[in-house]
Amino acid sequence: MGRTLSEKVWDAHVVRHADGEPDLLYIDLHLVHEVTSPQAFDGLRLAGRPVRRPDLTIATEDHNVPTYDVDKPIADPVSRTQVDTLRKNAEEFGIRIHTLGDPDQGVVHVIGPQLGLTQPGMTVVCGDSHTSTHGAFGAIAFGIGTSEVEHVLATQTLMQARPKTMAVTVDGVLPDGVSAKDLVLALIAKVGTGGGQGYIVEYRGEAIRALSMEARMTICNMSIEWGAKAGMIAPDETTFAYLQDKPHAPQGVDWEAAVEYWKSLATDEDATFDREVVLRAEDIAPFVTWGTNPGQGIPLSENVPSPDDFDNENDKVAAERALEYMGLTAGTPMREIHVDTVFLGSCTNGRIEDLRAAAGVLAGRKVAEGTRMLVVPGSGRVRLQAEAEGLDRIFKDAGAEWRGAGCSMCLGMNPDQLAPGERSASTSNRNFEGRQGKGGRTHLVSPLVAAATAVTGTLAAPADLPPVDVAVPENV
Amino acid sequence: MEAFTQHIGTAAPLRRSNVDTDQIIPAVYLKRVTRTGFEDGLFAAWRNDPSFVLNQPEYDGVSVLVAGPDFGTGSSREHAVWALLDYGFRVVVSSRFGDIFRGNSGKAGLLAALVTQDVVEQLWTTIEADPGTKVTVDLENKTISAGDVSAPFEIDDYTRYRLLNGLDDVGITLSHADEIAAYEATRPSFKPATLPAKA
Ligand code: SF4
Repeated sequence: MGRTLSEKVWDAHVVRHADGEPDLLYIDLHLVHEVTSPQAFDGLRLAGRPVRRPDLTIATEDHNVPTYDVDKPIADPVSRTQVDTLRKNAEEFGIRIHTLGDPDQGVVHVIGPQLGLTQPGMTVVCGDSHTSTHGAFGAIAFGIGTSEVEHVLATQTLMQARPKTMAVTVDGVLPDGVSAKDLVLALIAKVGTGGGQGYIVEYRGEAIRALSMEARMTICNMSIEWGAKAGMIAPDETTFAYLQDKPHAPQGVDWEAAVEYWKSLATDEDATFDREVVLRAEDIAPFVTWGTNPGQGIPLSENVPSPDDFDNENDKVAAERALEYMGLTAGTPMREIHVDTVFLGSCTNGRIEDLRAAAGVLAGRKVAEGTRMLVVPGSGRVRLQAEAEGLDRIFKDAGAEWRGAGCSMCLGMNPDQLAPGERSASTSNRNFEGRQGKGGRTHLVSPLVAAATAVTGTLAAPADLPPVDVAVPENV
Repeated sequence: MEAFTQHIGTAAPLRRSNVDTDQIIPAVYLKRVTRTGFEDGLFAAWRNDPSFVLNQPEYDGVSVLVAGPDFGTGSSREHAVWALLDYGFRVVVSSRFGDIFRGNSGKAGLLAALVTQDVVEQLWTTIEADPGTKVTVDLENKTISAGDVSAPFEIDDYTRYRLLNGLDDVGITLSHADEIAAYEATRPSFKPATLPAKA
């Protein structure tokens, strides 16, 4: 019988299989950052173990670094300790590291792809749940905990039970103004935050094939938000074209051999999935969350739901709690919700295409009074590229803050945080209570909705804005 | 790692569903570089609330947490498990766990016992009726009992075996170093390496 994409990649990495035990899986690339690694290195040191493959390991600092004044010492002592600890560990164990100010510093899931280190058919892990991002290349990529980080450092392998397989097929063509983010938020609202548990998901179908690599990363990035172990998209010409000129892409005959192998990874015609979900792209509209988990989302055109709209008792209670935390009243049109802060960035939507999309909306417009907007490129290189294209000027002219690379306001670990009660429209991936700062209220949105919201000061899509007459730079 | 065969202790009912790892330990508490000392961050946002269950004197010294469905969803942070352990918990009971959380638990020596929601409700009722009720969690027989409640729990065989024997993952894997080396010899040359760095 045929095999699926994920089964092929899995099988190619099994070092050891024994019935009734998890497989011992080889790891091709291990990404390391400052928050989930110190105790892992500590463990190695205690046991007197080396890093087995420093040449398959790369580190960067992203979660708790500031995104301004990056040439000054980090003010927060604990953050500074973590960053210093990573730098010392990288040196001691011989690991490549990209530190603040380096073009390849940035959110760890932006770095792997931009260096061409993320390739089809690989296994990629990182002590961060959004490692699923790398699945966009047809890799099996998933987040691990710190003791697994230690395990991979010491052995370059992981013990893993084989997950089940699921297909999410998106037929048709996405309407204008509807992006990958809307698609994945709509999917999560449909299947629920636990809907993917135990599965590696393959996203497929016409609408997925039509997406750029960066949009595919947005989709795969959010796989964990509906509980999936990993999300993948079969590599195709879009993937190969994206990789071709990346620094670590295979060269010459290696490239030929690699492409041939990558083409063999697609799910066989006669393969079967354990579960299938089908969505129609035409049905999807700009989508935003109203609650405190990514599954609590609705189309922007709708009203805040009431707990009574839910049949299931747990959902009812969750909705009640969420509305209270979010300070929302059932029945309020989503478009009337005032937003204090707009955050454009993160490993979900902090790449160059995301910045271009938002800049296209902001060109010739201003951020509303009473609203602030933070634009945080996913990496130093994204920042440089945006500046070369003049996007930074569009953001600054509109009154947005143009920052250095990092996780920033995606999570409340660095100086970029929401104040209690402050409300954001955020292109990140989690709207959990307190995620962006204690008491902060998060609405997850696409870059297009983020930009339009910044202009109106209330949740909005670009189509809601009166037209402006400006020359928009190329690419935008 | 300490072996886990049977645990007897008092329990706290956490009547909430979807307790994600950001609630278990908010990001701001993750900055430590050591392996211990995370108890202060446990449920930090809720511990300010005097009515929160762990702030009730009758639940002092608990070591078993009985939580609503979907406990430990969200971020992969293992600190969530450490915070529970550092606080004194040895067992978490729920009808559904986040995948990564469950994996992390087994590795750090915290038992994540999967039961039906029905059992969770019975345990809640029993504990709330008498917070001093001793809960017995028997990993050998995969049973949990408290007062009149006695029920089986689920845990995968491998995690159970390791917990029972207190085995450390890295040591187990390194006993297969030959197989790892043999696999490495077959990796195609087009696979990328981070070193030497290219830009
Ligand atoms: S941007 Fe957000 S989700 Fe992505 S790695 Fe950073 S903190 Fe995690």
